[in-house]
Amino acid sequence: MDILETLKTLWNESGFQSFFVDGGWKNLLMILISCVLLYLGIKKKFEPLLLVGIAFGCLLVNLSYFGAGSTDALYHLDLWDNFLDPSHPDYHSYGAIMREGGLLDILYIGVKAGIYPSLIFMGVGAMTDFGPLISNPKSLLLGAAAQMGVFLAFFGAVCLGFTGQEAASIGIIGGADGPTAIFLTTKLAPHLLGPIAIAAYSYMALIPMIQPPIMRLLTTEKERKVKMEQSRQVSKTEKIIFPIIVAMFVILLLPSTAPLVGCLMLGNLWRECGVTERLSDTVQNALMNIVTVFLGISVGATTAASRFLSLETIKIVFLGLTAFCFSTIGGLLVGKLMYKLSGGKINPLIGSAGVSAVPMAARVSQTEGQKANPSNFLLMHAMGPNVAGVIGSAIAAGFLLAVFK
Amino acid sequence: MEIGTISVETVTEAVSEIAEKAADKGDKLSISDAAVTAVFGYAVVFAGLLILMIVLYCTGAYFKSKDAKGKAEKTAEAASSAKNSANTASAAPAAPVAPGSAGHVKLFDVPDKEAAMIMAIVADKMQKPLNELHFISIKEVK
Repeated sequence: MDILETLKTLWNESGFQSFFVDGGWKNLLMILISCVLLYLGIKKKFEPLLLVGIAFGCLLVNLSYFGAGSTDALYHLDLWDNFLDPSHPDYHSYGAIMREGGLLDILYIGVKAGIYPSLIFMGVGAMTDFGPLISNPKSLLLGAAAQMGVFLAFFGAVCLGFTGQEAASIGIIGGADGPTAIFLTTKLAPHLLGPIAIAAYSYMALIPMIQPPIMRLLTTEKERKVKMEQSRQVSKTEKIIFPIIVAMFVILLLPSTAPLVGCLMLGNLWRECGVTERLSDTVQNALMNIVTVFLGISVGATTAASRFLSLETIKIVFLGLTAFCFSTIGGLLVGKLMYKLSGGKINPLIGSAGVSAVPMAARVSQTEGQKANPSNFLLMHAMGPNVAGVIGSAIAAGFLLAVFK
Repeated sequence: MEIGTISVETVTEAVSEIAEKAADKGDKLSISDAAVTAVFGYAVVFAGLLILMIVLYCTGAYFKSKDAKGKAEKTAEAASSAKNSANTASAAPAAPVAPGSAGHVKLFDVPDKEAAMIMAIVADKMQKPLNELHFISIKEVK
């Protein structure tokens, strides 16, 4: 046995040597980035349930995929490029993915087919109490206003040279709704999924840092001190009828929202109808956890170095932040308008909760309200716009999908 | 619903018009088209949620009036049964107080409202009716 030759073969087949061939340093950089994301998820608790999975997916793909010839890779960017190329024989062939793909390719089929985001929405529906929204339907306007960032970022992205489809996917980051952003991006601009998902979840985790300065800047001390009256009690029947009405109305208005809104409302109906507790429990816990595992790791897999490290990613990160800030501003401005129109009965701080990130945005409104007036309890009032934001961002995504698909 | 039907048709037409425009010009959108799409998209989100708000107000009003009717009927029933029972047995003893509900809670630096909230939370967490619990005192720990 020629030991030297064997060592040479082992070296050539190992991933280590790939770092030293063309573009290999990019993988090394992505491995460092994935470690930073793991740190943020584990130590700083930035949306850990998803970010840890995304970061580890990012680590796995950059340890195993070094370009089109990587046979042992867990995720193959080139296979998915063929999948999307109408001139290629493997165009839209899931069979080819199953035949030639790695583990993460197969898991990614669930993202590509829009299954995971819809199932996550089902779980979100089963976990959400729409009572605060039903008792105060005006909250829907705050949820609508807080979609301002989506459309401003869309416009900004077009100005920065992105195509309409890419701009729509970038804009939806402003909806502060991870599953919606993933759903829309896989349909319109799948090559941007990695940076968009990471930007969306990172900014959602940063809401307690991004929103308060804007809230303090746009509201006066007097406005922040406003104590809101308790909302009326919502009957069980109303809570049961609500998901049925919303599903019918929103899906008829924008049929492209059907997977997201349909699943959201089905989950909520299971929660509220009182006869499907087992299903509601499964969707809220077991199913949600399983889908989160698959979604996180397969989204992370799309961050292959050759695609992720580009100027586009920096632009997306910048536009995502802009989208978040303007969504907060939109909600606050309409909140201020409601404050004026109601004669000072509505605290404008609940407007910022219109960005959907449930329940973090509502908690931020509560914290800021309590800082101004320690006896202020805004949480339940802010939950109305917060859940309205979920419906609002689904409608915004449905509109963009209808226009650009 | 009339409003819903008009809105659905108008939105569908406008969306397909914008989509055609986007397709005609390839993937790259001009800045003016992007501005129109952004404004129109924001308007669609507002319109959709505004109509939903109106629908919710309508259903809310229906249920509120139903609740009010139910309450009024219950009150009338209770009043008439009380009248009847007063007629048949005028000297009947008063209903006994629910066990455990008697007595006063001593509050130390705790406002009434917060005390009520704390008691309600404790009852909820213990899955026990409030009148079966006996609170002796509530004190703010500083």
